[in-house]
Amino acid sequence: MSTPIPPPPSGPVPYPPEKSIALLTDMLRIRRLEEKCAELYGAGKIRGFLHLYIGEEAVATGAMRALLPVDSVVATYREHGHALLKGVAMTRIMAEMFGKKEGCSRGRGGSMHLFDAATRFYGGNAIVGGGLPLAVGFGLAAKMRGEERVTACFFGDGAVAEGAFHESMNLAALWRLPVAFFCENNFYAMGTAIARYEAQTDLCAKAASYGMEAFPVDGMDVVAVHEGAKRAREHAMASGPVFVEFRTYRFRAHSMFDPDLYRDKSEIEQWKTRGPIHTFSARLKAQGDLTEERFLEIDAEVAGEVDAAVAFAEAGSWEPVEDLAKDVYAP
Amino acid sequence: MKITYREALRLGLREALARDERVFLMGEDVGRYGGTYAVSKGLLAEFGPERVRDAPLSELAFVGAGIGAALGGMRPIVEVMTVNFSLLPLDQIVNTAAILRHMSGGQFAVPLVIRMATGAGRQLAAQHSHSFEGWYAHIPGIKIAAPATIDDAHGMLGAALADGNPVLVFEYPALFETTGELSAEAIDIAHAKVRRQGTRVTLVAYGNCVPKALQAADRLAEEGINAEVVDLRVLRPLDMDTVLASVRKTRRAVVVDDGWRSGGLSAEIMARVMEQAFYDLDAPVARVCREEVPIPYARHLEEAALPQADKIVAAVKGLFQ
Repeated sequence: MSTPIPPPPSGPVPYPPEKSIALLTDMLRIRRLEEKCAELYGAGKIRGFLHLYIGEEAVATGAMRALLPVDSVVATYREHGHALLKGVAMTRIMAEMFGKKEGCSRGRGGSMHLFDAATRFYGGNAIVGGGLPLAVGFGLAAKMRGEERVTACFFGDGAVAEGAFHESMNLAALWRLPVAFFCENNFYAMGTAIARYEAQTDLCAKAASYGMEAFPVDGMDVVAVHEGAKRAREHAMASGPVFVEFRTYRFRAHSMFDPDLYRDKSEIEQWKTRGPIHTFSARLKAQGDLTEERFLEIDAEVAGEVDAAVAFAEAGSWEPVEDLAKDVYAP
Repeated sequence: MKITYREALRLGLREALARDERVFLMGEDVGRYGGTYAVSKGLLAEFGPERVRDAPLSELAFVGAGIGAALGGMRPIVEVMTVNFSLLPLDQIVNTAAILRHMSGGQFAVPLVIRMATGAGRQLAAQHSHSFEGWYAHIPGIKIAAPATIDDAHGMLGAALADGNPVLVFEYPALFETTGELSAEAIDIAHAKVRRQGTRVTLVAYGNCVPKALQAADRLAEEGINAEVVDLRVLRPLDMDTVLASVRKTRRAVVVDDGWRSGGLSAEIMARVMEQAFYDLDAPVARVCREEVPIPYARHLEEAALPQADKIVAAVKGLFQ
């Protein structure tokens, strides 16, 4: 990786303690949910592809908390956290990963295809870059219908190499659509480092070339993410599309099948010093908004939510095979 | 009222735009240019640039945007200029439009219509002469409409918009100048139709092969073979009831397919006839397809590569030897 790793996020957190605790709690909910998923994958309860977001939680947390319930979200196959924070119950997410009918996609999608119409969570897309054109369409519909909503489109740095990215940037900018393009740059497209697949590694420059507002944000700092996402939402609503590059890092392998041989352990260790949860906790403790005791309490509450989700998924049922062909078409 | 196939398409578009303000037309050169084949000529002036929306040459993005807009409450009609260019947005069609409803456990409908011109016969050479209707008919989750008549050119768009599923409507430039009476008949996208009654052989065709099949039937009649012509109209879902009823009556069938033979739609229809009407047949089912070559530019070679009435006549005669 060619980009130097900045020092860990630090400094005062400019929020009232309740808000800070809520952000911390959300990051922990994603982290503990996914740690449990990894465990259950090992136990054979979850199958297929499983892509963990561990290390990147500040991005989904800061960004989703800047959105409103009326907003639409399009995400990727690494979307457990985004679904959870858009309001999909952890029970239904876990049931989906178990393949149960109580899952948010009736067990037909699995980890990569979480959907929820009620909260306007539109997946769960396992085609890299596949969500971007869709987000443009949501923006177009909102604009044509005069609806006050933004569409937030999450995608990784790898998607920037796809034609879909460039076509979508152009279309959104040309038609001035209310879309926030949230690029989660974890510096690897699966196992290929960004400097090995991009001629221009300044991703904001690409978006800016379409006449679009574009800025980078430290994706390991939930405060920076939250402020950046708020600014992006306002911009999208007021004057059209915006691109934000959240610079982040995944601590785990690309998927459960990835032996992670393409990066130095020292690089991972260095990024871990920037971990979004422990650095944020330390800042809150430093300003007296959090004690270790309170942290452990929150962690225990989150563990309770995760346990309940697993119990819900275990108790769930299988969709009857007779329903296999149901919903191929709308009636 | 006598109108051309092109005018029928335009009338269908105009009615759809007038009927429902959620409907809009989006694609390359649909507005100011008036449509590559002049199908949407005049619609920009009537409905304005928001609803007759010129798009950049970004088929992948604007087809995907059509899916998003459909999910977002609109009723988009996306025009991909020709089937040849539809390979660029194939990912959005197959990996999103077709599967979203099932994969999400039935949460979403994608009420999207994608129109495109298809077929050969105009000396446009290999990259502009494909016929991929059969490919698309392979995919569960989308419907495939192939208007071969004035009434279908006019009415299938409205039926597709009302359907609530992603529907691909294939239009045939080879037929754009054909004229006919517009009837008041209700048009669906569910059934095949018998275009000519006959007794001794069934010609199964769709799109621009329907007129060729009818022409062949005329010639066969002169030679005492009374052929029935079934226009499939809808390639997915296939209305096999109509095909099988005809085949059980005539006891012979020739499938005419503008696509390539190997793994094509003709093979599917023949297989279903074999599965369901084998003992009603007096002869093996035959077919006339596009030759397995890229379509050449030179007129004589192009003609030789495509299904033609004389090839159909020959195939039918083969069944009586």
